Amino acid sequence: MFFNKTAEQKEAAKKMKEIVKSNKAIIKKFEDEKKRKNVPASEYQTAMKNPDNILEIDNLHTYFYTDMGVVRSVNGVNIEIPQGKTVALVGESGCGKSVTSMSVMKLIMGPSGQITNGAIRYNRASGPIDIVKTPISEMQHIRGNEISMIFQEPMTSLNPVFRIGAQIEEAIMLHRPDVPKSDLKAQTIKMLELVGIARAEGVYASFPHELSGGMRQRVMIAMSLCCNPKMIIADEPTTALDVTIQAQVLELLRDLKDKIDASILLITHDLGVVAEMADYVVVMYAGRVAEQGTAHEVFLNPKHPYTIGLIKSKPVVNQLVERLYSIPGAVPNPVNLPNHCYFKDRCDKCIAACNGAIPELKTLEGGHKVACHLYTQGGH
Amino acid sequence: MWQYIVRRIFIGMFVLLGVSMIIYGLIRIAPGDYVSNLTSSNPEVTQEMIDQLNELYGLNDSIPEGYSKWLIGVMQGDLGTSFIEQKPVTEVLSSKMWFSFWMAFPAYILQILIAIPLGILSATKQYSKTDYAVTTFALMGMSLPSFFFAALLQRIFAQELGWLPLSGMKTARMDYEGFALVMDMARHFVLPVMVLTVLGIGGLMRYSRTNMLEVLKEDYIRTARAKGLSESKVIYKHAFRNTLIPIVTILGGMIPGLFSGSMITEGIFGIDGIGNASLAALRGGDIPFIMGATLFMAALTLIGTLVSDVLYGVVDPRVRLK
Repeated sequence: MFFNKTAEQKEAAKKMKEIVKSNKAIIKKFEDEKKRKNVPASEYQTAMKNPDNILEIDNLHTYFYTDMGVVRSVNGVNIEIPQGKTVALVGESGCGKSVTSMSVMKLIMGPSGQITNGAIRYNRASGPIDIVKTPISEMQHIRGNEISMIFQEPMTSLNPVFRIGAQIEEAIMLHRPDVPKSDLKAQTIKMLELVGIARAEGVYASFPHELSGGMRQRVMIAMSLCCNPKMIIADEPTTALDVTIQAQVLELLRDLKDKIDASILLITHDLGVVAEMADYVVVMYAGRVAEQGTAHEVFLNPKHPYTIGLIKSKPVVNQLVERLYSIPGAVPNPVNLPNHCYFKDRCDKCIAACNGAIPELKTLEGGHKVACHLYTQGGH
Repeated sequence: MWQYIVRRIFIGMFVLLGVSMIIYGLIRIAPGDYVSNLTSSNPEVTQEMIDQLNELYGLNDSIPEGYSKWLIGVMQGDLGTSFIEQKPVTEVLSSKMWFSFWMAFPAYILQILIAIPLGILSATKQYSKTDYAVTTFALMGMSLPSFFFAALLQRIFAQELGWLPLSGMKTARMDYEGFALVMDMARHFVLPVMVLTVLGIGGLMRYSRTNMLEVLKEDYIRTARAKGLSESKVIYKHAFRNTLIPIVTILGGMIPGLFSGSMITEGIFGIDGIGNASLAALRGGDIPFIMGATLFMAALTLIGTLVSDVLYGVVDPRVRLK
């Protein structure tokens, strides 16, 4: 009885085998490409579309080849980050925000996760490069040095067996040969003080588990700033923290950004944080950009029904609401994405065109862009 | 920490007491005691002589009586006299345990040197051909019965190639002395050490592999990569140090066990260690030796777990023993 599979089960097993087989072939192609040694610099050198940008993400596709099928986590995303500005990336969980940021650092977990298409142009001092084509050996000079990252989970992002001081020193030692060994400790303590840690000497000699979540996140920030990066990617830096600490950490990030004149890519699902910090906002939905523009524009004049929903579902102080609004439904399964607008099934403003092709990003007045059929025929 | 150790030793005493009670009871119930083994093949033995022998070896006592006599002896540091060897049990144990140790210790070192690097190699290359090859090799070693593998090695290296002696601890009729004796004994220990090593590698290698894989998925490994560290630094510094925590713990816990001997391997290769002696004692109903050896092994096991708990506190800064 156990061996008699139904026709459906057989079908599913067969399908899965096919998926695994095709995945293997695709992954091998990408992994072989990664293994290539001595990639000439000319291969990844490029030109910026706009020299004022520090980073341009152009038509980025990051897929995960799983046994259940291809997960299209990032599916054609375009983001520009101007020098010295803060760009916020917003969306629900599972929209591909973190994957986008990991792609910039080339930290996508292989072999199943691969950047399959697109370009990430980074305006390096020595000339712009395309991160997608840059070999890992070269990326190691960029990671933590020119582009650094603050992760979502301060509780687990520090190595439990090394002291805080050693973990920060490691990065300084790696990227800043100009700092002599004798000054390492002083420099590290200076960094810890910079992020507002009161007893920096004590924290320097502590293990991560001896610190609170807020302190650990400060340590993470200190670590990411220790080499004066040109760009900071902050992946939900305050999600795991309580509100007072959250405000302090954001304040800190904003101050530091001005001090070292860095650009920030801020990933969050908290619109309050966006309003506080961002110059530009990119709203992502199911691996695609739904709307983007200046923070001012997107907040005061949201166009995409998804953005409108997001803003509506944010609790407002001093306003009595019977029940907080939430967008009905959930983000579609990224394995079987529909071939119409991904938001259609949750949208309350559907029109006939919504059953057609997936809407492209259209520019409205003032650089405000939106991907929605409501705006394709010159407005609604 | 000291308080913790003292408390654990105190609890250990009660465990040993329980273990010895059960073992004593079981041996006494088991058929074929020492005196009947000794006398059954000799028709000239009279019942009177048997009674006298039973009296001499304390086999006429009831189980509780016999046990309490044994226990009182142990309290005074006297484990009794081995029936078979006719020597104090402590003396027999302390002479034989070194043979067991010198067989187990090289195997232990080799296991560590081979299994941990292999485990890390196959974890960092998960699902590659190397990984499959290493895993298959380890599983084969793990699932081979020791007697089969030992016989195979004897066949190849002793009989076919004639490189190494078949069994025993030293060459007969060659009265080696000093360094020559050590070398001769070393040659005799090569095959048993090989058996123990190959049998042990599998488990340890799988253990390191699983641990390494788990650690590699941790967030702090991603942080290490995001810092710009090279892949080898990420693996051999950040990941390896964390993988070591559970490995050091079990390895430390294995050290006392090196003295406890292994019955089958010692038996096949004729190594005169604790395992072989215990087997003989079990067959012959040598109650004092069985009790002594069991107590010794139980104590080693308890010390082993204590060592691994203490080591955990040493290698993992998050753990502080109370």
